[in-house]
Amino acid sequence: MLSIHLENLSYCYQRGTPFEKAALRDITLRIEPGTFLGIAGRSGSGKTTLLRHLNGLLRPTSGRIAFDGLPVDTHGARALIRRVGLVFQRPEDQLFEETVYKDIAFGLSGTGLGPEETADRVREALNAVGLGEEFLERSPFGLSGGQKRRVAIAGVLVMNPAVLVLDEPAAGLDPVGCREILDHIGRLRRDRGVTVVLATHDMEEIARYAGKVVVLKGGNIAVEGTPREVFTDVDALESAGLEPPRITRLMMRLKDALPEIDDGISTVEEAAEEIKKVYRGKGCGWRRHDTRHAHGQICSRQFDSSPVGPEDEDTAGGRLYDACISC
Amino acid sequence: MKILLAAVFMTLVFLADGYPSFLLLIVFSVTAACVAGRPLGRSVKGLRPFLFITLFTVAVNAVVVSGISQDGSGCFSSVIREGVVLSIQIVLRLFLLLTGASLLTSTTTPVSLMDGLEALLKPLKRFRVPVHEAATVMAMALRFIPVLLEEAEKIYQAQASRSAVFDSGNPLKRAGRCVPVLVPLFVGAFRRADELAMAMESRCYRGSGGRTRMRRLSFSRADGLCAAAMLALTAAFACIEYAM
Repeated sequence: MLSIHLENLSYCYQRGTPFEKAALRDITLRIEPGTFLGIAGRSGSGKTTLLRHLNGLLRPTSGRIAFDGLPVDTHGARALIRRVGLVFQRPEDQLFEETVYKDIAFGLSGTGLGPEETADRVREALNAVGLGEEFLERSPFGLSGGQKRRVAIAGVLVMNPAVLVLDEPAAGLDPVGCREILDHIGRLRRDRGVTVVLATHDMEEIARYAGKVVVLKGGNIAVEGTPREVFTDVDALESAGLEPPRITRLMMRLKDALPEIDDGISTVEEAAEEIKKVYRGKGCGWRRHDTRHAHGQICSRQFDSSPVGPEDEDTAGGRLYDACISC
Repeated sequence: MKILLAAVFMTLVFLADGYPSFLLLIVFSVTAACVAGRPLGRSVKGLRPFLFITLFTVAVNAVVVSGISQDGSGCFSSVIREGVVLSIQIVLRLFLLLTGASLLTSTTTPVSLMDGLEALLKPLKRFRVPVHEAATVMAMALRFIPVLLEEAEKIYQAQASRSAVFDSGNPLKRAGRCVPVLVPLFVGAFRRADELAMAMESRCYRGSGGRTRMRRLSFSRADGLCAAAMLALTAAFACIEYAM
């Protein structure tokens, strides 16, 4: 277990040259053990720079970063790198060994582990990213993009880090591969209590996995809180160049028609529950108003209410029907 | 044109011997840098990586030169001084070369540099040398240096995050430790080259045959002025070096 505290951390690239550029400004952040922290922000907002501080690769220009209350040097830079596993963007570009086994085991060289223990750890890491043992003796260069990425992530997992930091691990993957990788990471957190820090600009990923979100904008923290708090702060999100997840946007539009509905919802499952709840609470009286026709219409595919005829599709109903179709 | 002038300048730098001519060259390069609006501080900074080489040459010169002329003078301190003077000259020479070269590359886009090179080498076409292709290759190589440097830095950090060690052990071991950086770097470079070739092809690039230019190079007044300045410099240089 390892807690990471950042205090007024700032970082400048190319300090003292005409190209000096502040990438992070005055970041204060606490990452407690076992959390799943999402770091959101559009490209260039400082996500990657922030992540590279988390394992001591970069040292802050000003401010402090403490691991379990101690600075980097007390831990030793190398020891820290083993405890905070950092997976770079497009990690498949760093594979270099002849076989998948050797590549994953690379992180263990110099740890003094015996060959058997090494083999166990490698297998474990490979399983954790959902690949079978038949991959061990294959060349990493002959794998597909998604498989390569899993191998690269396994190469970090093999060090059994207490904190796993991932920089857009799902970027450029197909939806299924993306979901699988993130599910495996979520499982790691549940089973082993690994702290996970995930940088992404995809709010759906954050909605699905993160317990806490930090939104970066131009190197500053724009918003911070639970996904629910962050997603309902639409103005702040939009000024940071992001949007709430689609389902949250739909719920917000539904709220225009049904004020009692909860719009702080960020997954489809929650939304279905919420709509059911509102629908049941209403009993049968809901058909009396036009707006409620709209509700019936939207949910007619999910619930056993009879579809409303096309003659009712004007007013708010039509608009919401469009909203539903477009989602 | 600029290429020719830079070449002349560099020849002069190599021919230079003795303080007055060095002074002249320095003054010239400083004014040239000012005219071009490039701060000289940057080229001085660019010299920093060479500091080690410089110190090394100073040391070697001090030893080697003294070894040669020991029988002549016999006085040790003057011999050392001779070596130091020589190495100062070398440092100055390096500095001037760098300034000249960086003046060329920082004021000219790679494309026009390539066109210029092509124009200069045109006579070689007679001998069936693929001048255009060679110039293109060179320009691309120049263009990709910073890209590859950045890539190398990224991979270096990524491997460090997988607890790779680069800075311990004997030289042989250290060389072996570059493998985790070099292999991905080469893989990436080949992939990039492939993609570039594909991209050029999809824009119908077919090498030299009958290509037109968006910007034609022409001999402008500024070029004339530069040439005149360079001529004056050469003349002054010749006076100092050979008349005195």
